[in-house]
Parts: sequence; C-alpha cells; structure tokens
Amino acid sequence: MSDNHGTDLEVAEHGDAPLFPLPAHRHRSTDTDPKAARRAERQVAAMFGLSALCTIGFVVAYVAIPTDTFISLGPIGVLQLSNLVLGLTFGAAILLIGLGAIQWAKKLMADEEIVDERHPLGSPKEDQDAALEAFQTGLAESGFVERKLVRRTLIGALLLFPIPLVVVLKDMGPLPEQALNHTIWRKGSRIVVDVTGQPLRPEDLAIGTLVSASPADLAAVQEAEGNLDARAKASIILVRMRPSDIKSQQGQGWDYEGILAFSKICTHAGCPIALYQQRQHALLCPCHQSTFDLSDGGKVVFGPAARPMPQLPITIDANGFLVAQSDFQQPVGPSFWERG
Amino acid sequence: MTSTSVRRHRATGLVVLLVALVATGVGYAAVTDTAQAAAPQVSETQVQQGRQLFLEGCATCHGLAAQGTGSGPGLIGVGAAAVDFQVTTGRMPLAAPAVQAPRKTPIYTPEQVSALAAYVASLGAGPAIPSASDVSTTDANLAEGGELFRTNCAQCHNFAGKGGALSDGKYAPSLMNATPTEMVEAMLTGPQNMPNFPNATLPIEKKQAIIKYIEHLQGSADPGGLALGSYGPVTEGLFIWIAGIGALLLAAVWIGAKVR
Repeated sequence: MSDNHGTDLEVAEHGDAPLFPLPAHRHRSTDTDPKAARRAERQVAAMFGLSALCTIGFVVAYVAIPTDTFISLGPIGVLQLSNLVLGLTFGAAILLIGLGAIQWAKKLMADEEIVDERHPLGSPKEDQDAALEAFQTGLAESGFVERKLVRRTLIGALLLFPIPLVVVLKDMGPLPEQALNHTIWRKGSRIVVDVTGQPLRPEDLAIGTLVSASPADLAAVQEAEGNLDARAKASIILVRMRPSDIKSQQGQGWDYEGILAFSKICTHAGCPIALYQQRQHALLCPCHQSTFDLSDGGKVVFGPAARPMPQLPITIDANGFLVAQSDFQQPVGPSFWERG
Repeated sequence: MTSTSVRRHRATGLVVLLVALVATGVGYAAVTDTAQAAAPQVSETQVQQGRQLFLEGCATCHGLAAQGTGSGPGLIGVGAAAVDFQVTTGRMPLAAPAVQAPRKTPIYTPEQVSALAAYVASLGAGPAIPSASDVSTTDANLAEGGELFRTNCAQCHNFAGKGGALSDGKYAPSLMNATPTEMVEAMLTGPQNMPNFPNATLPIEKKQAIIKYIEHLQGSADPGGLALGSYGPVTEGLFIWIAGIGALLLAAVWIGAKVR
C-alpha cells in the first residue's frame, strides 16, 4: 500500500477488514443484459443523430422562413415564426448533445466502484531536507545576507513599487466639489416643456395639469457626454392645483398661483418620477414606491425615501413666461456622503 | 350762420350711438355664431334629453345640478370630452363605489352619450369632444410620438402601453383597447387620477404623434412571443426563477439519479 493512488475494491480489502465497508455493488441492466446495452446505445445514437438533424434544420429554417411570418400560439401569443424555429432547433441541437452524453455516461461507460484512500499530505522527510538545503545554499550563494547595500536597495524598491497603483486612483476623480449641490437652474431661467422646448405661461396649465419640463438653456450646455448630467439634475415637473389645496411649501411664495415645480429625481435612489396622481397630489416613484405629497411641501408619505422632493421656486418674467426664482435650495437626487 | 344744413342735428349723437350699439351687437352675434358653428351642433332638445338622463343616472353621486356630492365630483366645466370619455368607455356610471372605475361595456347608446355630453357642456365651458381631424394621425411623426410617450406617458402606462400599478389599489389602465378619440379626451381632461395635458402644453399635433405611437404599439406583435405582460423584470424574473431554475433542478436530479 505504499502506492497511494486509487486502487480498486479488491485491493482495498486486503487488510483485516475494510474501515468503511461498502454495500455490494449492483450492476446496471446494461452491464448484465446485452440487449439493454444495445437499446441504450441506440438511444444515445438517436440523440446525437437528432441533434445533427436540428442543426441542419436550423440552417434550412434560417434560409427558408421569412422574418415577417407570424403565428399565433394561443396563450403564448403571436410570435415570429422564424425566431421560434431558429430558437427551437438551435436549443435542441445543443441540448440533445448534452442529454446524449449524460445518457452514454450513465448507461454505457464503465461501471466500476473505486476506493481512493487518503494519504499523508506532507512530503517525505528526504524531500523536505533537500528543499531546505537548496534554499540555504541559494541564500549563501546569492550573498543576500552579506551584501547589505543590495538587500536594502531591493527592499526600498519593492516598498516604493505600489505607489503607482495609489497614484492612478486619481483618475477616479475629480471630486464632484460643489457639482452635486447645484443645477443649471438660476434666477430667471425660463421653464420649457421637455422634448418640445415650448416656453410656458401660467394660463397654459389647468388645474390637474402635469408638465415634464427643463430649463431653456439646457441645450447650450456642453459636457463630456452631451448634457446628460445637467439634464439629469435639472429635470423638473410642473403641476397645478387649486391654491387652497396647498397645505405647505418648502418656501414662502415658491409657487405661482398654484403652479408648483418639483425636481423629477427621486430622493431615494435617483429614479426619474412623473407618476402623478392628480387627485391626491401624490407623486409615486415606480422603483421603490416612495410617495411624495406635492401639496404638502413634497413630504414623503410612503416608502423608503428619507427626504422631501426638492421644490424649485418659480415666478413669471416680464413677458409672462414661467421662470425659476433661483436654483434649488438643496441638492436634488439621492443622498450622498458629504451631504450628511 | 349761413348753413344750418352743416350744423349737426341735436339727435345726431344719439343716432350715432344707436347705430354703433346695433352694429356691435350684430357683429358680436355674427362672430359668436361662427364660433358656435365650428363646434358640433347642439340642439336644445339634446340638452334637455341629456339633463333627463343625467337626473336619472348620474345625479345620485354628482348632484342634481352636477355640483358634486361626497360621492362624486362636480361636473360643471369638465366639458363634453370628459363625459364622452367616461361614458363611452363604460367607466361611468360606476357599478359600485370603488377605488377606481374600470373600463366596461358602455350602457348608454352613442345618442344618449351625445345628449349627456351636451348637457354637461351647457353647464360650463370645458374641453369639447375632439373632431375627426383632431384625432387624425396621417401627418404625425411616429418617432417624435415615441419620445413624447416615453417622457409623458410611459411612467404610468408602461413603456409598452400595458398599464401599471399606482398607490392604494389604483392603476394606470392598459392602452391596448383605447381609441384615438378616447386618448385625446383622456389627455385633455385627465380622468380620475390622471393629470391633464391641455393643448397649451401639449399641442394637438403632438397628441397625434403620441396616438400614432400608441397605435403602433397596439398593432405590433411580439417577435419573441410570451411578453409576460410587458412588465419587465418582475414577471420575467419570476418566470425564469420558477421555470428556468426548475428545469435545471430537474436536470440535476436526473444526472445524479442512480441507474439500475
């Protein structure tokens, strides 16, 4: 038993008694019955053959079925025939190879039970001694101990080596500085309808109207990637309600005759929200169901958001168009580290 | 004092005033006539018929003078479009008090709906029922409609127009059965919890573009089939966790099973 590699059952039983006696091995029907074995062989071959047919079927379907043919499959719905056949043939081709291989292994490949005994993990004593000796020789011959200058400069070089890894962390910056606290809204920024860019007069909004809006000067913003950052931060919604329905606001006179402007970005995880239920004046975030009461200073009435929806103070300019009184008075969007 | 003929008669001022008044009156009447001619013809009998229907079917909740009660909102100034939308989609009359009125088979005939709409429109000015040209999408831009839909509608009605959940059991309905007229009426009047999108903020051409996009959604088959409600990760995740991982488990059991 000096050979520690796998031995078969008979060899393992050479000792007095096996430490862990195994139940008697029962052979499969395919081992004892040649007919069963031939049947299994035919099954495996059939799966491989069918797989080949599916592959050919895929190519034929790819050429033959036009992509504008749709069929109706009852509850699954109407779907593109070409997609269906291509998916089925390709999927079946790979699946049948796998199923055939497993069936082959289960029914036909050698069915022997093998005991693989554990052996001590350490190397033999002589190997350990040889390794230690080789190391000591190497240490002495390299002069690592005697040649202090070499040793110390090497240690110094190795200690300095990680510095570039720290320095390149700078590329993760620059730090946002004040960018998170401000948007491009400022005093007199004209409010325009998102997408169409149409400026708005107060009389354009009826009670219950919702408008997704952005600042007029958004188009002029030039950033690394278009104006995505500025757009994401400056998006607002405008709603109009009866002034008597307004319970509170984030600032005195921030509405204009019942027209309120709020950030469109949820204070929880930053999803854009415009699910406005005009009867309850409730703004519902589709991501985590945070709900804000726009008639009550954007207060959170449900869900995981921790802060009210920031309100943008608005008024009208000399030409009667809706404009911002100033930027947002607090950062928009989700909380961040420095915000506290 | 050679020419008394040039001297103005004492009554001249009065006559001029009268002429001016009559002219203004006639002119105004002419202008208002044209304005009314543009709108669908509404006869007094229709308004009377509508009032009768209203008293029978609607006044319980909306009040005898449509002023609103604790059970239903006032209808003065909601306009014909609101009535047409609510009644032709069967949402009104409400079968039973509920969080939200569902779409169902309408119980009023189109003539009765017109009469009801005419009556409610006569109570106060509001959005009129859109004309055939208002809902025509021939000149509309499909791509622009898609962008407007995603900006203004998709947050509630889902990117595929299949509708979605709101708070407390309310929901944005699916748009798959909505007709162009109903869509314009809904955007104009903001039924139930929907905000409204008046023509001043969303001009009628933009509404037509949105309708064209919704019609595109209604008409497009799903190339992959089994859209699972188009709800995205919720239904798709549930399906793959149950069906996909279930199939993998079965395969693992089969691979590990002892062969006899």
